[in-house]
Amino acid sequence: MAEPTIPILTIRDVSKIYTAQGRRTEALRGAGLTVQRGEFVCLLGASGCGKSTLLRIAAGFEAPSSGEALMWGKPIAGPAPSRGMVFQDYGLFPWLSVHDNIGFGPKSRGRPAAEVRDTARRYIDLVGLGRFAEAYPHQLSGGMKQRVAIARVLANEAEMVLMDEPFGALDAMTRERLQDELLDLWARTGLTVLFVTHAIEEAIFLADRIVMMSPGPGRIETVHTVDLPRRRDVSSPAFNDLRRMLSAQLHSHHAPKAA
Amino acid sequence: MSAAIEGAMRPADISAPSPDSLPAQTKAAWPAAPFRVLDRLRGPALALVVPLAILAFWHFATAGRPYSLVPPPAEVWLALRDMAFGGINDDAFSATLWTHLWASLSRVYGGFALAAAAALPLGLMIGRVPVVRALLDPVLQILRPIPVTAWLPLAMILFGLGAGSAFFLVFLGAFYPILINTVFGVRSVEPRLFEAAAMLGCTGPAQFVRVVLPAALPSIFTGLRLGLGFAWVVIVVGEMTGVQTGLGAVIMEARQLSRTEIVICGMGVIGVAGFVSDWVVMRIGRRLLSWSPSHG
Repeated sequence: MAEPTIPILTIRDVSKIYTAQGRRTEALRGAGLTVQRGEFVCLLGASGCGKSTLLRIAAGFEAPSSGEALMWGKPIAGPAPSRGMVFQDYGLFPWLSVHDNIGFGPKSRGRPAAEVRDTARRYIDLVGLGRFAEAYPHQLSGGMKQRVAIARVLANEAEMVLMDEPFGALDAMTRERLQDELLDLWARTGLTVLFVTHAIEEAIFLADRIVMMSPGPGRIETVHTVDLPRRRDVSSPAFNDLRRMLSAQLHSHHAPKAA
Repeated sequence: MSAAIEGAMRPADISAPSPDSLPAQTKAAWPAAPFRVLDRLRGPALALVVPLAILAFWHFATAGRPYSLVPPPAEVWLALRDMAFGGINDDAFSATLWTHLWASLSRVYGGFALAAAAALPLGLMIGRVPVVRALLDPVLQILRPIPVTAWLPLAMILFGLGAGSAFFLVFLGAFYPILINTVFGVRSVEPRLFEAAAMLGCTGPAQFVRVVLPAALPSIFTGLRLGLGFAWVVIVVGEMTGVQTGLGAVIMEARQLSRTEIVICGMGVIGVAGFVSDWVVMRIGRRLLSWSPSHG
């Protein structure tokens, strides 16, 4: 498809300043990052470090105040199906069944009805929700909702999946299971994933690279490459060394004073 | 229902049958059968207590008193049968019920349909497009507190004596509840859903149909129900503007002739017709809103 040398995502010297009621908030300063196709990158940091802002700029929901955000070398001008977003609060359409939520993207893009049905069916099976195809979101558990949200962006042929603390609202067991399922999907489909989290362990377990961010103003501090073999053993010494190191770094950040 | 949902929420229950069938089977295992019939009758039985008490009070307060200004229930029942089928009194009111009912129904539903056709698109636009809101909101807010009855003289000038005015008043009465609830529904759509739609490739005007309308539907239905209710309230006033037919016209005419039993018949028919039409809208709403945990 695209030139192998062009990164799927380029963030170049991006700053974001919000002005509300005369008060300026610098959410992001001088952030730079490139993501190659097929990479799994985690943005890690305490609240207020601008990691969600960076993700929303990559999604096209917000424009940078300065600097540029590029996909395949072209400016990101707004949300697009090639960059699918998975929200912490799911963002499912409550009036659509699981099947229709997953078919929403293909249908919006004018695919014929039969193709939409087949696509939806295939991705429902991919995330193991076959029995719940006709259920509505309010009848599902959090973990099931998040599976639908993931299937929804995959069904829409997203090349990059942007995930904003997607497992933050789930219980520990469900979270672990979904982490495994996500890695499995990633390995099978060759997706690119940009994943925001504040959980160190989650970042080490999932990421090829961990982008550590720090608050006040939000900026990128360091980038760690995680070269532990997969599936990663969370109790291995190497895992723990990395955890200790990142934890020390994270705790050295002073959380911004409450506004 | 909530127990069923909790049952379906645990991932371990993935192998369970459809979410609804679980608790019913586990709970009502034993002698329920004979009691269930009584349980079923309990609701309707309780619903009848107050009407029967009122009927009894009405009967004992009026029956056998020749100077009572309020006719007893039996007399009203007789008048109603005569209005419906004729052959009892053979006067001006005999066998006219269906004509009047039809006239009122067509005005109520005609005005209501017109109000919905105007208020729905307008509400969607006011709720979603800032320019339209800035343009129309002040005008509508000033017109809103004016009671429908206050429009009566002006309506008679604009639309003449007769059905036109009645139609206009019904339209006005139904318009505001639909408009206001539509605007409210549109404005309370979660912003997240617009983001979700946009990143899935649904942008611009397509969002009206695929996001705004379905998300606002519960509110819109509340508006439609209220609007239809108001339409029935207003119809009597509307039909006092010199029309020959309609339940409101019957009530006015009977009042002038001191035929109180006919007045009560008209009231009762309006009550039943309004109740039935509300029930129909509610059933349609339940159908369309089966996805919503607070409706369905």
